[in-house]
Amino acid sequence: MAFTKGLVCRECGELYDLAPLHVCELCFGPLEVAYDYAAIRADISREEIERGPQTIWRYRKLFPVDGQPLVDIQTGCTPLLRADNLGRALGLRNLYVKNDTVNPTFSFKDRPVTVAATMARGFGFDTIACASTGNLAASVAAHGARAQMRCVVFIPSDLETSKITNIAVYGPTLVAIRGNYDDVNRLCAEIADRYGWAFVNINLRPYYAEGSKSLAFEVAEQLGWRAPDTVIVPTASGALFTKIARGFEELAEVGLISPATPRMGLAQAAGCAPIVSAHEANTMTIRPVKPSTIAKSLAIGNPADGYYCLKVIKETNGLAGSVTDEEIVAGMRLLAQTEGVFGETAGGVSVGVLKKMAEAGLLDPDETIVVYVTGNGLKTPEAVASALPEPITIGASMTEFDTALAKRDPSFEPVMVEAG
Amino acid sequence: MAKRRIRLFFPANLITEPVVYTMGKRFEVVTNIRGGEISADSGWLYLEVSGDDAEIDRAIAWAIETGVRVDPVEGDIIAG
Repeated sequence: MAFTKGLVCRECGELYDLAPLHVCELCFGPLEVAYDYAAIRADISREEIERGPQTIWRYRKLFPVDGQPLVDIQTGCTPLLRADNLGRALGLRNLYVKNDTVNPTFSFKDRPVTVAATMARGFGFDTIACASTGNLAASVAAHGARAQMRCVVFIPSDLETSKITNIAVYGPTLVAIRGNYDDVNRLCAEIADRYGWAFVNINLRPYYAEGSKSLAFEVAEQLGWRAPDTVIVPTASGALFTKIARGFEELAEVGLISPATPRMGLAQAAGCAPIVSAHEANTMTIRPVKPSTIAKSLAIGNPADGYYCLKVIKETNGLAGSVTDEEIVAGMRLLAQTEGVFGETAGGVSVGVLKKMAEAGLLDPDETIVVYVTGNGLKTPEAVASALPEPITIGASMTEFDTALAKRDPSFEPVMVEAG
Repeated sequence: MAKRRIRLFFPANLITEPVVYTMGKRFEVVTNIRGGEISADSGWLYLEVSGDDAEIDRAIAWAIETGVRVDPVEGDIIAG
């Protein structure tokens, strides 16, 4: 059974039945799923969750699904890596990396999309859709294929070929739109209104956003059923940031962890940091910006949940910071070279902001910190490629090898093997 | 008759301008304010605009020309 009360407006509190709705009819405020936490608390246990599948669906009672079949490509239960090497580099003794690069389509987007696709099929939609420049598009197309639903994906007409391949392989109807970003954005909203499809991040947004709570659920479970002290979250629309906070609150509300929402740290690219700017200006009004950053997956200049992110930061005594493109690349390299995790540019944003916060003395060296890395570096190799050293190229000769190696790194020395 | 839900963002220099009133006078559209916040240096409004599709397009294009930012109420839809 589902433990939902319906949808509730985050602004005026108006209640609605579960339906493909996302905006309050009265005040145009965003809708979110409301739960009966007392009923969940009476019915849920750590043991039951631990016996569940190795996917986000082990937390099924904290999602708005009923008995409908899941649209599941085995998302979630990704590693929480104790990051001692990275921690040493930053002077942090209890640092963890939530490595969400290893989901089925290589980003955290599989989490919200598995919930949205499940709800879409439950509502009787035959077509699932989204507008995206990469991660979301691939995930929606993959789930559409798994559910054998029709799938329509809108992309900007100048999207790179490699990204198009990562989407097209799943067989969606791909529509490339010419025009500037704002025109394309408005057109997609109108299409969503007119065609009656399941647009995962428009009319299914209240359900879609719920999937991201699993990034809190998993971290708490992996830490032995407790919340970390601080988390760092790469942020675009703000849905991921607010839902991770909500996830920790919900676990406490249903009695699975002690009440302790972590200090929420928000990380943006300096070239698209409207939430960080508002936080620094001490205002609750988000001024939209025109994105200019290599962190394309975070390039949302007018974040729908920006205001709610600011509220979460205030409520949790949280943090916010941004990093330049150079610092993003340095963050990607630092993570890869200390922990063996190749995150996309958004991961570089998380690690870069973590580094800045550590250097500024904003983090306690002994607190438990989790940094979220939400997409795979193989999606954006071009961002870091030019910053990496060229390989040593030699002829097939030992002399050439000895010379070249000594030049690159004199600390390597051959082992002398004695004859006989 | 079509209806569209939009969010207008006003920069400081347009805070005192009657943009919504003028939109309703210049174009065959009905404007209905549903929420918002105005301060001394910026402001935003949720607006429902009803009318013929092409006329709504013209009204929105005019608002953008005046310097107001116009977005769907959902904010940015194109995700990463």
